[in-house]
Amino acid sequence: MIDILSYGFFFLTMALTYGIVCLGLNVQWGQTGLFNVGIAGFVAVGAYVSSLLTTPESASHLGGFGLPIAVGWVGAALATALVTFLIGALTIRLRADYLAIATFGAAVSIQLCVLNFQPVTGGPFGVGFIPRPFAALAGRPFLFGAANLALIAAVVAVLYLALERLAQSPWGRALKAIREDETAAQALGKSAVAFRLQAFALGGAIMGLAGAAQAHFIGFIAPDNYQPTLTFQVWAMLIVGGSGNNRGAILGSVVVWGIWALSAALISAVVPADQQARAASLQIVTIGVALCAILLWRPRGLIGEARVGARHLLRPAAPRKAPTPSGEN
Amino acid sequence: MTPSASLAPAAAGQPAAGADPALSAVGVTMAFGGMRAVDEMSLSLGRGEMVALIGPNGAGKTTMFNLVAGSLRPTSGRILIGSADVTGEGPTRRIRRGVGRTFQIPRPFAEMSVLENVLVGAQSQTGEGIWANFLAPRRVAAEERAAIEKARALLEFVTLSHLELEPARVLSGGQRKLLELARVLMADPDVLLLDEPAAGVNPALLDLLIDRIVALNGAGKTILLIEHNMDMVARLCSRAVVMAAGRLLAEGTPDAVAADPAVIAAYLGDAP
Ligand SMILES: Nc1ncnc2c1ncn2[C@@H]1O[C@H](COP(=O)(O)OP(=O)(O)OP(=O)(O)O)[C@@H](O)[C@H]1O
Ligand SMILES: [Mg+2]
Repeated sequence: MIDILSYGFFFLTMALTYGIVCLGLNVQWGQTGLFNVGIAGFVAVGAYVSSLLTTPESASHLGGFGLPIAVGWVGAALATALVTFLIGALTIRLRADYLAIATFGAAVSIQLCVLNFQPVTGGPFGVGFIPRPFAALAGRPFLFGAANLALIAAVVAVLYLALERLAQSPWGRALKAIREDETAAQALGKSAVAFRLQAFALGGAIMGLAGAAQAHFIGFIAPDNYQPTLTFQVWAMLIVGGSGNNRGAILGSVVVWGIWALSAALISAVVPADQQARAASLQIVTIGVALCAILLWRPRGLIGEARVGARHLLRPAAPRKAPTPSGEN
Repeated sequence: MTPSASLAPAAAGQPAAGADPALSAVGVTMAFGGMRAVDEMSLSLGRGEMVALIGPNGAGKTTMFNLVAGSLRPTSGRILIGSADVTGEGPTRRIRRGVGRTFQIPRPFAEMSVLENVLVGAQSQTGEGIWANFLAPRRVAAEERAAIEKARALLEFVTLSHLELEPARVLSGGQRKLLELARVLMADPDVLLLDEPAAGVNPALLDLLIDRIVALNGAGKTILLIEHNMDMVARLCSRAVVMAAGRLLAEGTPDAVAADPAVIAAYLGDAP
């Protein structure tokens, strides 16, 4: 029983770290319409920055600097925001399809850099001994798992509240207007480039934070963790959950991570040991099939974007009969 | 004065605006490939003036608006707001300088509510900065309340109050034109560029709309108005500028230009 619960904690913690990445993507895509296909690269930057900042001194990579975990996480978010901002400054004026190619290229370059700058990143051997939150509890797996889950859940909750506030703020409104009609928004003084760049960097910062959280939860990172598969998973999570909706982003990450974990378990149970490495690609197929199924069943995801937000501030001026047009969706 | 004597032919217009124009275009040309949609056009609006820009379909009026509002960069010529040369500035900068425009074909933010559409017009909101929403939430909320109040008043002004929570996509063509007007007024521009504000607005509302435009002008706003309805032009404007085939054709009181044989010929020549 304790075992199952412990696994549940582990599973949910992992899923929620993906939930953080997914919240970042929702700022970029769901709210702003920026087609980022380089998620894995931004997550990697966060993971490495935090790891190098917090690990004990080591000969196999730069640092480590032995700083507190919190410093690592903040550093990860800031560094990733900076990297995202720079990439965005070069590419955000591009058409959506070029932005996709540019971010994909950036992610591949980041992964190659991480793999090859061995003196800084540890190269293919990665970075180990990343301090884990609540390490003092490590002897008691149940408590340790619960504490970690609570921490990540708290991070998700805080981010969720902050992003909801932003979505309903004048900032969020300007982003939405730009997404709906850029020409009209510009004529009303909303600089499309400036707002897009802000959203891109903010989303990047959140992805970097997620990378850091994941790295510290697992305790070890290597370049292989940051393949395009990660980007694909996060996109699947957002689409399944409902693009444009922060709760959808979180729900989608739990559901898709669940499918991922289940299919892994199934493969290891059914496929003979010598074929398992190959069969692992079936996991991606499973996600793809699940994606199609959900899109057919609910095209806007499990919880889609609220079309016209019932903003708390926007109650009707005076009581009136609501003239709901019958053709409305 | 800048030493640009070569612009003399185009500038040889009418007595026009006083010495201190709110807005001027000096010899602007906009070429699309080989076609000159606007050709050496000059135009000047005195502060507080209300001027009509008229001309047959395809004369280049909307293109002229796009040049003045900054959504198009002229092939040649200059645009000035007050005495500042803004030729190289985009639309965002120009509305901050107080020049707002509406679109001939309305461009509502379809999935946003009517009220939100108007709120987008609000300028220099503290809450447009990411951090301010967390560091100064009270100020943001106070500004937002004030903006909502103003937006509601504007919706009242254009008779769309009862639709404020509906998504803008449900609005009819005429209602969209009214929303365009409310949205740009939210930005409090000194100079208003109105591209056929009355097109598609029902006749019962037309009188109201004319009253509203007169009131805006009375409150000190400089207005440039594209309008095909000469009756409305005569009621609103003391001066009309006529364009044909991208060029300045005539300028004067609405009655005078309406009687001008060259103007009549241009309209008939372009009639289907
Ligand atoms: N982006 C563009 N590319 C090519 N040609 C254009 C473009 N925009 C406008 N034109 C052309 O410029 C000419 C003037 O168009 P414009 O929209 O300014 O006319 P208008 O005077 O506003 O006419 P209307 O009264 O019908 O609105 C038209 O012949 C049009 O086809
Ligand atoms: Mg036009």
